Amino acid sequence: MKQQIILSGLGGQGVLFVSKILGEAALARGLSVLMSETHGMAQRGGNVISHVKVFEREKGKPEGERDAATDPAWHVSPLIRPGHAHVLVALHEEGVKAHGHFLSPNGTLVCNRTPRTGPGDVDATGIARKLGNPVAANLVLLGFAAASGALFCSLDDLRRVLEKLGGPRRDANLAALEAGAEAGGE
Amino acid sequence: MAERKILLGNEAMAYGLLEAGCTLAASYPGTPASEIVGTLAALKRSGSIAMHVEWSINEKVALETALANSYAGRRSAAAMKQVGLNVAADPFMSAAYTGVKGGLVVIVADDPGPHSSQTEQDTRQFAMLAKVPVLDPLGPAHARDLLHTAFDLSEDYEVPVLFRPTTRVCHARQDMEIRPFRQDQPAPVFEKDPARWAATPKFRFLLHKQLNEKLDAVSRDSRLQPVQLNPAVSAEKAAGVIVASGAVCTHASEILKDLGLWEEIPLYYAPMPFPLPEDFLTGLLDQARRILVLEETQPVMEAQFRDRAKVQGRLSGHVPREGELLPETVEGIVRTFAGLPEAAAPKGAAAPGRRPTLCAGCGHRAAFFAIRKVFPRGIYPGDIGCYTLGLNLGAVDTVLCMGASISQAAGFYHAFRDSGQNSRPIVATIGDSTFYHAGIPALINAVIQGCRFVVVVLDNATTAMTGHQPTPAEGNTLDGRSVPKVSIEDLARACGVRHVSVGDPYDFEAFTGLLKAAKEHTRDPENGGMAVVIARRPCLMDRKQPKPDRKPVPAINDKCQGCGFCITHFECPALVFHGKEEAVTVDDVLCSGCGVCAHVCPHDAIEIPSQPQAGKESNHS
Repeated sequence: MKQQIILSGLGGQGVLFVSKILGEAALARGLSVLMSETHGMAQRGGNVISHVKVFEREKGKPEGERDAATDPAWHVSPLIRPGHAHVLVALHEEGVKAHGHFLSPNGTLVCNRTPRTGPGDVDATGIARKLGNPVAANLVLLGFAAASGALFCSLDDLRRVLEKLGGPRRDANLAALEAGAEAGGE
Repeated sequence: MAERKILLGNEAMAYGLLEAGCTLAASYPGTPASEIVGTLAALKRSGSIAMHVEWSINEKVALETALANSYAGRRSAAAMKQVGLNVAADPFMSAAYTGVKGGLVVIVADDPGPHSSQTEQDTRQFAMLAKVPVLDPLGPAHARDLLHTAFDLSEDYEVPVLFRPTTRVCHARQDMEIRPFRQDQPAPVFEKDPARWAATPKFRFLLHKQLNEKLDAVSRDSRLQPVQLNPAVSAEKAAGVIVASGAVCTHASEILKDLGLWEEIPLYYAPMPFPLPEDFLTGLLDQARRILVLEETQPVMEAQFRDRAKVQGRLSGHVPREGELLPETVEGIVRTFAGLPEAAAPKGAAAPGRRPTLCAGCGHRAAFFAIRKVFPRGIYPGDIGCYTLGLNLGAVDTVLCMGASISQAAGFYHAFRDSGQNSRPIVATIGDSTFYHAGIPALINAVIQGCRFVVVVLDNATTAMTGHQPTPAEGNTLDGRSVPKVSIEDLARACGVRHVSVGDPYDFEAFTGLLKAAKEHTRDPENGGMAVVIARRPCLMDRKQPKPDRKPVPAINDKCQGCGFCITHFECPALVFHGKEEAVTVDDVLCSGCGVCAHVCPHDAIEIPSQPQAGKESNHS
């Protein structure tokens, strides 16, 4: 397993969006990805979690000729066990309480929190608010995580995913990512 | 190189249906199944597929529609969540007997946990009850492939096939190659055969016999035999073997590798947990010393072993009898099975998180607050949807299943009236989509039984909880044809309700007035009876709806005593509590500007500024 990431936040903070961006970044790198997410009732303002597993794509039989016994990608569990996450990205500090136990003892914590309590903390909401785009705190945090070297992918990978994604929020998304990266500065 | 995409499990299943040449898919939305037909509906709206796709009024109708298309020789699918199959149980049981012509796959998503459901029922047991084969995919990419086999199986044996993914398959995302969809649409052929399609009880006996024979043959089908994933180790030499199905099998696979047991304990994956082939069951009982069965959520494979002396699972108490089999749970079970010490518990176990709540600005919140105000001593039977969360506001007392709010209100009415307590007011709340789904027969029944209570239909113009699927009020099919709009007020009147009113819960005073008038109607000794109030306010999260005019973000004045009334009784996520005697603040990111909270504070501390504020400054200070 290349990297196991837990994303935690509250419903509406954009946990799903961040996990999708990470998935696309993995795909662009030629890696495989398996993710699990929260839908339905729990999305309504409750704690939301996304499991992201990134791993090498195994070359084997061509797809369509594989079966349950021979396709290793089909044997990956969609969930990360407690104590096994390499990275915990908490979009809200409550996420550390709710999902901190997923983090491996050697893992990296990245948290949207103010005042800062450690090197993994950043005031992502404050930065996003200054950009006039408070809902983009998720991308600020993602930029911060990438720039501080916590992720399997680079800041450039994430930039390219957001550029490819396009849409009316493209520029605002990129600005949020960059602002986070600056805070996470090399 | 083929294009590679990351697909949600439910999207992958939609693609599987299209690749397999399915010609009709019908569904009623329900988590975790909604995005299967949701994906098809989006493709249909964009004109990219020929398949008939529909959001049916309920699961029973969806399944019956799909079944007839299959009778006409065309591949068909119905999709629903597990409790949806309860609604569709009647056609499902009978369809097993009549069998099918074109392949019929009934996709029923289970929700171990449960995460977003009323029960943890195991649809595979429904398959046993109905005597149809059931397939249990490992994950998104596998589910897409296994659907092809499901259709082949259904056609080869002329039997409906149940396809049972769990939440962890439906809501996982995985990268996979994109394949072309099958384009041919076979012409419908319906061969009349009343002894089969319209069988009387005498012929049903024969159909039952045929079904039993089909099932025996299906169990031996070479495409769906249990397969050993780690064939280097033999069952006879090992201290024990594991039999697993579905997502749990992937947990077991990963854990065996992590614990260095991959070469020690044979792991069998059963793509078709029912019916398991007799040879496999007896063979394993002969060879293996101990057999651990890992499956969700009830003992289906385990129960098929006739001699369970060496079988460990839910029946034997080795696997918890309820709850999702999370990988950490599976690790514990596997460690015990293999005689390994328990895993060290990770520090800081999960804290009880936040409970879900209605969104800021949700019209339901305003309606519930008004109901509590007008009927302070009421009994509030509730229903299934976002508005189940009215229970946080003390405005939902019971939640059972789709449509039950109205029938349960009737039950409460009879209970209290028969004991002479006519004064206990009863207010049922039900969403618009749920009203169409199962509320109408209940409303007719309440009218003809002489009930007197208020039904508030919370009409947000969509099926919100499951992702904003359309309701019969929309007036368009998915491919853009105009059809009659079916209005809730017309339906209520046609059900025999003489007092029907419609109002906007944002218009708080007027809406409260409607509730009072409805209350009077239920109490009028001469002309009174049932009353229906439709609380009409489009869902804020539904991008198809016009955006309402925003009022300025409310200001908290110095009358705020930090009493917490607005937090407890209104529970808007945009109102932030800082402890007793501290003034409440407004989170301007979350606030939708509905203005309803100004009616809530008992101390008049919440004001809506008359002029829009400059910029979007916060009230945090």
